[in-house]
Amino acid sequence: MEDTLRKTPLHGEHVGLGGKMVPFAGYEMPVQYPTGITAEHQAVREAAGLFDVSHMGEFVARGPDALGLIQRVVVNDAAALEVGQAQYSAMCRTDGGIIDDLLVYRFADRWMLVVNASNRDRDWEWITRHVKELDVQLEDRSDETVLIALQGPRSRRILALITDLDVEAIAYYRFAEGRVAGKDAVIAGTGYTGEDGFELYLKADDAVAVWRALLAAGRASGLVPAGLGARDSLRLEMGYMLFGNDLDEDHTPLEAGLGWITKLEKGEFNGRTALSAQKVHGVKRRLVGIKLKERGFPRPGYEVLEDGQPVGVVTSGTVSPSLGIGIALAWVPARLAGPRTELAISLRGKPVRAEVVRPPFYTTGSIRR
Amino acid sequence: MMSEIPEGLFYTHEHEYLKSTGEDGVYQVGVTDYAQGELGDVVYVELPDSGSTFDRMEAFGTIEAVKAVSDLYCPAEGKVLDVNQALADDPELVNSDPYGAGWMIKLKVLDSAHLKDLMDAAGYATLVGGK
Repeated sequence: MEDTLRKTPLHGEHVGLGGKMVPFAGYEMPVQYPTGITAEHQAVREAAGLFDVSHMGEFVARGPDALGLIQRVVVNDAAALEVGQAQYSAMCRTDGGIIDDLLVYRFADRWMLVVNASNRDRDWEWITRHVKELDVQLEDRSDETVLIALQGPRSRRILALITDLDVEAIAYYRFAEGRVAGKDAVIAGTGYTGEDGFELYLKADDAVAVWRALLAAGRASGLVPAGLGARDSLRLEMGYMLFGNDLDEDHTPLEAGLGWITKLEKGEFNGRTALSAQKVHGVKRRLVGIKLKERGFPRPGYEVLEDGQPVGVVTSGTVSPSLGIGIALAWVPARLAGPRTELAISLRGKPVRAEVVRPPFYTTGSIRR
Repeated sequence: MMSEIPEGLFYTHEHEYLKSTGEDGVYQVGVTDYAQGELGDVVYVELPDSGSTFDRMEAFGTIEAVKAVSDLYCPAEGKVLDVNQALADDPELVNSDPYGAGWMIKLKVLDSAHLKDLMDAAGYATLVGGK
């Protein structure tokens, strides 16, 4: 397996910075740098962090029927997007099971879908299957595209040093095309941390120059490179889901609490019939946030207990670096999904008291909604 | 990155070390610099009560790091004379000073023959050298 791992164009930078490289979604990616996950996490909460997320997949769609194709395969209403706006969405099977969660960007002349690395090939196969007679040119740009995330309350002042764009004008889930460190970039007000920040889409050849320019520009502001470990604890403090952990084909967006992106009235789309029926009849299980009331480290696969009996399973968990308590996402029966419901999590056979909470767990981030 | 492997200590294949306290047969037990590096940031350390006794290779506690939870194995049959209370509030001492302030228990080794089965610094360096 290891000899087939892919490398992003920033691989050499990570190694040079002392990054600990691990296999992730078919890529060799930095899980942390020498200062460690907790320090990187805190830097993003208090200053800024720089992430290489180039493993993500980018598909570009053009042509008269591009919107029609996207509307067919995603659950959110892409027609509601303005040019320069992005949207969180999901793709479902006919039975409503989630194939992937993704971002949809609307440009003046094209659309971009940003998908999870682990699902890239499967998503591509699924989307192209729906092109049929539609007049769409679909292109997988993943290997030519680098994605760098600059996240944290000081992101704006750092980016402003090396771009001619007005960074204050880039609002949450809006984007603009401009130059960063002299290189062409799509600069989006998106992220996965709960902090103010940007995701920069760049040409692979420009990646190293922009990465270095950002680190240099941010040095005085406390910017640090941050790895997958901090990315995971940051997103979990916000209750953001991760496909493969919290989301999968066996669960629907309604069960996952993603009803807010599931627009059943937008017209026909994959999974609509099943999801409409589920909405009428109600869901039997829910993905919920759980906070431990005692010391403990919840991990994926640990059982959720009600009165000592297993009723559910943890899908993501950590000890929140910001809050100092165990937090988790877990599947539970819908009757147990109400906030403050008392449960327990079995930590290696030892039940630890916990309660259901409505994410985000961390509520004081700098994100500008 | 090279991890620190001090001379004069005993090492296990599970990455614990024994370091003499100067008192006859009493050793400070912790995990190696290599182990803390592999574990990443330590979040909790679960330790036994003073006075407990453990067989060789019996689990005497657990170490919870961001990436994984691991059992701590007693390198030799012995009695726990003291535990490092500081780790309750500052588990990151295991990362910052594994052979010093990040120690876990003080163990009175009851069968010194067990020490012969442990590695010296050179042996342990060979074990982790290829990693």
